[in-house]
Amino acid sequence: MSDAALPMARIALVGNPNSGKTALFNALTGSRQKVANYAGVTVERKEGQISAPSGRTISVLDLPGTYSLRARSPDEVVTRDAVMGKLAGEDPPDVLVCVADATNLRLVLRLILELKAVGRPMVLALNMYDIAQRQGLRIDLEGLSRDIGCPIVTTVATRKRGIEDLVAQVDGLIAAGTLRAANTWREPDAGQIRDAHREAQRILKANVRAPERPDTFTGKVDSVLLHPVAGLLILLTLLFVMFQAVFTWSKAVGDLMSDGFAGLGAFISAHLPAGLLTSFLTDGVISGVGSVLVFLPQILVLFFFIILLEDFGYMARAAFLMDRIMGGAGLHGRAFIPLLSSFACAIPGIMATRVIDNKRDRLTTIMVAPLMTCSARIPVYTLIISAFIPNRPVLGVLNLPGLVMFGLYAAGILSALGVSFITRRVFWRGAVEPFLMELPAYKLPDPVNVARSLFLRGKIFLTRAGTIIFPIMILVWFLSSFPGAPAGATDPAINYSLAGRIGHFIQPALGPIGFNWQMTVALIPGFAAREVAVAALGTVYAIGAADAAPGALAATLQHHWSIATGLSFLAWYVFAPQCASTFGVVKRETNSWFWPGVMLVYMTSLAYLAAFIVYQVARASGLG
Amino acid sequence: MDPDPVHDMIPETAKVEIAPAGVEGAVRLSEAKPGDRGVIVDVRAERHAGDHGVDVGELQRRLLEFGFVEGARIEVMFEGAIWRDPIAVRVDDMRIGLRRRDAEDVWVLLDAR
Repeated sequence: MSDAALPMARIALVGNPNSGKTALFNALTGSRQKVANYAGVTVERKEGQISAPSGRTISVLDLPGTYSLRARSPDEVVTRDAVMGKLAGEDPPDVLVCVADATNLRLVLRLILELKAVGRPMVLALNMYDIAQRQGLRIDLEGLSRDIGCPIVTTVATRKRGIEDLVAQVDGLIAAGTLRAANTWREPDAGQIRDAHREAQRILKANVRAPERPDTFTGKVDSVLLHPVAGLLILLTLLFVMFQAVFTWSKAVGDLMSDGFAGLGAFISAHLPAGLLTSFLTDGVISGVGSVLVFLPQILVLFFFIILLEDFGYMARAAFLMDRIMGGAGLHGRAFIPLLSSFACAIPGIMATRVIDNKRDRLTTIMVAPLMTCSARIPVYTLIISAFIPNRPVLGVLNLPGLVMFGLYAAGILSALGVSFITRRVFWRGAVEPFLMELPAYKLPDPVNVARSLFLRGKIFLTRAGTIIFPIMILVWFLSSFPGAPAGATDPAINYSLAGRIGHFIQPALGPIGFNWQMTVALIPGFAAREVAVAALGTVYAIGAADAAPGALAATLQHHWSIATGLSFLAWYVFAPQCASTFGVVKRETNSWFWPGVMLVYMTSLAYLAAFIVYQVARASGLG
Repeated sequence: MDPDPVHDMIPETAKVEIAPAGVEGAVRLSEAKPGDRGVIVDVRAERHAGDHGVDVGELQRRLLEFGFVEGARIEVMFEGAIWRDPIAVRVDDMRIGLRRRDAEDVWVLLDAR
């Protein structure tokens, strides 16, 4: 039989969360996988391919984990519809592979009963079978297979054990052309769920004998990690280490990369005649690509920790510990990690909101994430503070600039909590989702799976963020460069460009918050990335290499701006929607321009209001 | 204790403290303390409609799906530092974290201590 004679077959992996489904998917498909979104929703679609020994190519879809087919979140809707073959744009699966944690069968048995009702051929993969054996858990495989009415394969995904058996079993079912039974699944009511539990309990009792050596490790670790006081302290310590790692490890690499890109730009400037092409290459392409890539080390370090803690089973504990604190502001416990990530950069923060399954909780988290003080604000804060905040001690031990910096961070955190609180109280009133979460058994993360997940995160960032950040950088370059300065012009070229005109045009609107036209012009390129505003201010005040000599720029600003204007600029920067990349990512993650639009409006309003109050109060106090 | 704003929003009339028929001494899981063990005797759908993002029937179904069914063994293991919330429980052989407000409809007959 030739390969061409066998049409491609499809299978779908379905199972409870924490069943090792992703590890099994990795073991099955190796590097032959693609990640995208399902059409029209922001649910991640993971597909891979297997070549069965028969020569058949089998496409494998890794469906989001679920406890039931009664779809409660967008992820679970995808799982239900895909299982039933009703998902738009997807071919129905020929065979379902239900993945179960062999040590935790109770809930998955109920899910299996639901899946049986769908009527598709199914194979049960009893994963983590080695752990079950180590615990002395006795499972009567034949009896269980008879009771649930489908073949069973035992697997250890992390060691690639049982994978060939599983493929052979699936391939056999496909080759046999097992007929589909009618889909008799109906959304169960409470009584039917109880009945299913009773049935699952009966099957469990008949075929599984309780472990001789049950897992006591998880209980012992939990008595420390979930301790009300010790648990929180450990969480805070972990966060501190994570932060340190993000800022120190990735900063070194990130700086190296920025230097590299700056060097490349300088090389091109030196070897090409000055002109439009050179400007396009250095200020457009290279700084565009550079601004995407410098985030990569931070993102990889951050996701390394997140993936490690997730695979270990700690993330559910972190959400548990933080739930009440986040809950006070109307956020879900799981919003904690994304918001934390946003201190490095809102982009990985927003990408990390995928761990929140409720749509409203996730949206609220996405909307407030950019209010956390990201590292790109630091150069701007540093410049303005050094120019306008006198370096004098406060209360003996603290100094005023440090205190102002702390205040700016605190303003970011408090405003994020405040905005989410108001959102939940005013716009989504009463919609407090139940918080029910499995606390999975702790497991040692598998290095191969961690590496693969990390690689995937990096790739997703580069393709998704890159495809949107790069064009925006080019657009901003275009606005700042066209039209060029007329011959004999004395002012900096940017004044004559579209960006300059836009800056002059909107300046009257920003007058009440104390911004002069130089500032509004600098805001336009600053929209590409916050820290670019520093260089842009240098450009409009015609100070060459403002990055290299911040002192000179600070002195110029002191001369041109009042203290009230400086403070107003700081207040503006706490809230202002200043980074185009963030909007790109929000658009990607919410699949619409509506939410970035809402974000633009609310953040601009907050920024204007804050800057207005600061400016007017400062002027009234004689700082104008 | 318990100046819990969420809990205080529930009107007094809604707080029907009637243990399930025939099971005297059962308590709400939301009122259990760490170390408490027992058997689930009833999972209802009655508390504060409209207060949850989902209706009580839906909350009941979710509880059932997570294994909170009549007859299951339950043990409260830990509670959060603030307002002693949420709680971590063991239901048969699974560990689950949930907020006390979501645990109100689960009635438990505690073992004698």
